[in-house]
Amino acid sequence: MAEKAKRSRGKVISIIANLVLVEVDGPIAQNEICFIKLSNTSLMAEVIKVHEPIAYVQVFESTRSLTIDTEVEFTGNMLEITLGPGILSKNFDGLQNDLDKMEGIFLKRGEYTIPLDPEKKWDFIPLASEGDTVTAGSWLGEVTENQQPHKIMVPFKLTGTFKVKSLAKKGAYTIKEKIAAITDGEGNTIDLTMTQKWPVKVPIKVYDSKPRPFRLLETGVRTIDTLNPIMEGGTGFIPGPFGSGKTVLQHALSKQAEADIVIVAACGERANEVVELFTEFPKLDDPRTGRKLMERTTIIANTSNMPVAAREASVYTAMTIAEYYRQMGLKVLMLADSTSRWAQALREMSNRMEELPGPDAYPMDLTAIIASFYARAGYTCLNNSKTGSITFIGTVSPAGGNLKEPVTEATKKAARCFYALSQDRADSKRYPAIDPIDSYSKYLEYEGVKEYLNETIHEDWISNIASVKNFLIRGHEASEQIDILGDDGVPVTYHVDFWKSEVVDFVILQQDAFDEIDASTPVERQRYMLEKVLSICNTGFSFDAFEDVAEYFKRIINELKQMNYSEFESDKFKGHEDQLEKIIEERKDA
Amino acid sequence: METRAFQKIHTRITNITKATCSLKATGVGYEELAIVHGKLAQVVKIKGDTITLQIFGGTEGIPTNGEVIFSGKPPSLKVSDALAGRFFDSFGNPIDGGPEVEGEEREIGGPTVNPVRRKQPSELIATGIAGIDLNNTLVSGQKIPFFADPDQPYNQVMAMVALRAKADKIILGGMGLANDDYLFFKNVFDNAGALDHIVSFVNSTEDPPVERLLVPDMALTAAEYFAVDKNQKVLVLLTDMTLFADALAIVSNRMDQIPSKDSMPGSLYSDLAKIYEKAVQFPEGGSITIVAVTTLSGGDITHAVPDNTGYITEGQLFLRKDTDIGKVIVDPFRSLSRLKQLVIGKKTREDHPSVMNAAIRLFADASNAKIKQENGFDLTDYDERTLGFAKEYSRELLAIDVNIEIDKMLDTGWQLFNTYFTKAEVAIKEDLVSKYWPEEEGLEERRKKEPSEAKA
Repeated sequence: MAEKAKRSRGKVISIIANLVLVEVDGPIAQNEICFIKLSNTSLMAEVIKVHEPIAYVQVFESTRSLTIDTEVEFTGNMLEITLGPGILSKNFDGLQNDLDKMEGIFLKRGEYTIPLDPEKKWDFIPLASEGDTVTAGSWLGEVTENQQPHKIMVPFKLTGTFKVKSLAKKGAYTIKEKIAAITDGEGNTIDLTMTQKWPVKVPIKVYDSKPRPFRLLETGVRTIDTLNPIMEGGTGFIPGPFGSGKTVLQHALSKQAEADIVIVAACGERANEVVELFTEFPKLDDPRTGRKLMERTTIIANTSNMPVAAREASVYTAMTIAEYYRQMGLKVLMLADSTSRWAQALREMSNRMEELPGPDAYPMDLTAIIASFYARAGYTCLNNSKTGSITFIGTVSPAGGNLKEPVTEATKKAARCFYALSQDRADSKRYPAIDPIDSYSKYLEYEGVKEYLNETIHEDWISNIASVKNFLIRGHEASEQIDILGDDGVPVTYHVDFWKSEVVDFVILQQDAFDEIDASTPVERQRYMLEKVLSICNTGFSFDAFEDVAEYFKRIINELKQMNYSEFESDKFKGHEDQLEKIIEERKDA
Repeated sequence: METRAFQKIHTRITNITKATCSLKATGVGYEELAIVHGKLAQVVKIKGDTITLQIFGGTEGIPTNGEVIFSGKPPSLKVSDALAGRFFDSFGNPIDGGPEVEGEEREIGGPTVNPVRRKQPSELIATGIAGIDLNNTLVSGQKIPFFADPDQPYNQVMAMVALRAKADKIILGGMGLANDDYLFFKNVFDNAGALDHIVSFVNSTEDPPVERLLVPDMALTAAEYFAVDKNQKVLVLLTDMTLFADALAIVSNRMDQIPSKDSMPGSLYSDLAKIYEKAVQFPEGGSITIVAVTTLSGGDITHAVPDNTGYITEGQLFLRKDTDIGKVIVDPFRSLSRLKQLVIGKKTREDHPSVMNAAIRLFADASNAKIKQENGFDLTDYDERTLGFAKEYSRELLAIDVNIEIDKMLDTGWQLFNTYFTKAEVAIKEDLVSKYWPEEEGLEERRKKEPSEAKA
């Protein structure tokens, strides 16, 4: 945003819920932040439309008791957040206020906190040297934040090349202290601290390129990793009606996925679910570092009863933090639950501004907004030839469970992986309720991905995935025929086909998120179980009557499930495996 | 609200719709209360000097020269211990003939609890109804509605839950409550000797619909007083939230807002969330649990009101008549308590989650068998057994007239498994099976005997 000599001021002239019209005395910018001076507090608001001399602003707080003629001060900045060491393991609201620093049980209107700790000393190690040529995003030094290397970078806002004039020596500094000075081509010197600010609605683009993702992001969830894997730097979304297990699945991903940093944006969802994150994450051991999961997690909480406008900001705040850590060469996983709430916040605003509505009263540009947001994820080659990534998975809460509604449709165009949660599966408690046939991962079509998976997991992996999906489809067709023609109206082989698909369902697809062992399956174990299940699917069995089929396969499923519940390759595991082999021998074709 | 001497009286109303009116005035605060021609009203829009007011009692008879007096403050409720045992209207005025309640005046619809100051709910609320305790366990600090068709006995079940829940205070928010239902609640609570810890805010079907908009906030302001100031466990009953949403739609329609799905305002999600999210567990011990009713039309849960509600609340309870046993049951498929994971197997016996899931899965198999039967197909032996199981499971556990302890529910579950199924069919973790599978002769033992009997 261009610097303005004078900050504009204004007066409130109209109030409709959290949309306020302000008559302004000077220049203002779209998305500029202003403060409405209500008696002893000031309410933060953002310009969302300008019709000279009137600014339409959305207020991030309740506007109760606001009167016309109230003074408004414009700041000259867009909504910015502070980036620097100390973000991890914090619980922020959508505007990056530190929720733990706020006093009292209730959130006070107009209370804003400093997001980072200004007093804490960080052990700084310089990475650059005096005289180095640097650009925005260059690594100047490093501190250790919760065991993670946290790079101190040249502010992303700067353009052009600079020379490092001075750099702090190894030692302890606070975020307020100067750690470097750089000079531009004209000899102007800029002093730098460990922090910088960035406007959340603008993507950080100080990288070299964004190649196609190719590396698997392990999640430990079988139905994702095995059937429809998501790649590091990939995008995915999980639409599903309420009660279909969206949140449980997202929590599982945040706990298990193989990422350096996890950013969770709880956007317009239930407060008790956020409390679950607050309570459980500090207790959960991080299987990757042996420390606590919370140490590499940041939660941006804007629950459904917190102000609507801040809900919209919260996903951008979360994404900006994710981009910041990506710039350090880290693997970031960002989860947003739910992007529908964000879209609804846009709808409420559009409605108050009396804009002509698009489908279901959502704003016309919804698809574009969602697409440009998903585009901020990706696998990134940084300017220093290191790589970093943001894998983004959003949930969508389709109204009435109807996947044809605007938010789902718009997201489908933007995200590469689609994990459709099915009501039928949820009703019969087949969790995770991801529908194996409707869901897809476009990454499986990428040549690079195919090569990578076949190389790292098994040379037949891709063809195994295809064949297991085939068994599922065949079983589904068989079950439809059985339903139409009756148990004895179809050949026995139909029953066998159906039950083979049930084996895949019960053993590969279904997973008990609340069981210590079954909750997360490493890829090696997934490979083993997939091969086991496929070998059963590829075996011919003989039955005289269809009545015997179900009972027989239930025994097989039971042994396989017990294997899932046992420590991999333990005696218990092998015991059940032996049992399984015996059962298979009983009816195996010669 | 009494008129004060220095208050300015406006007498020129420029616009009147069925629910709102507008006039020119200055110095008015957003959401401020006013009295328009003797009726209570609230500021919903300020555009320059034009103020739009929502008239709670409806605009019938309001003349353009009617008197408008602004109160200078948003709606509020006087809170103190004296609230207990009293009945109020939507504005907080007593309707039981008793005196006005004295106490601290608090704005209703107050601020949000900081999520980091909440505690994770972990206290089980036992109701004795197995369809709830076993399959959809309630937890204090939870918010959960009954999704019910108007002909189902949801108010009765809710009253039963309320009385068995051992709450310190029960707060009833009745919206569009039929007078008969109001008297029903009053009688049930009275007979149980519970009136002294009940506070009621009632908008009956005879009262103007827009008044309802105040009821949930009134009820929850009272609830927050007892939960925060007195560290009490408060149970809030809200019936019927669909009628509340209808009132929202009326007002937004009169304000010319573009409706979204099902003619509901675009802000429906946020409006409902503001109410339901008042459910909370505080670390100091106080809690607010909300049990609500959302009536459906013809069981349609894709309608905007149940749909948005489902995304906000922590589960939902469905009632359904089971024709096999002729009783109302808590539907195990469509009902869900999201917070049950926090207590089952932790506050209850370790086998709780497994028994619950296995029983529901077998019940699902039974409904598949029933479809086969209805379509005239032959049933397998397994199908027959699931049908037998389903009937007993419905009668012994799902019916709403069941009132037993949770351990007894689990034992009953195991017994039914033993009677109808083999261990492999039930497919529960081995260590639990070896510990809880009943000793009595079950299906497996009978089967083992059969071949030998045949030989003999």
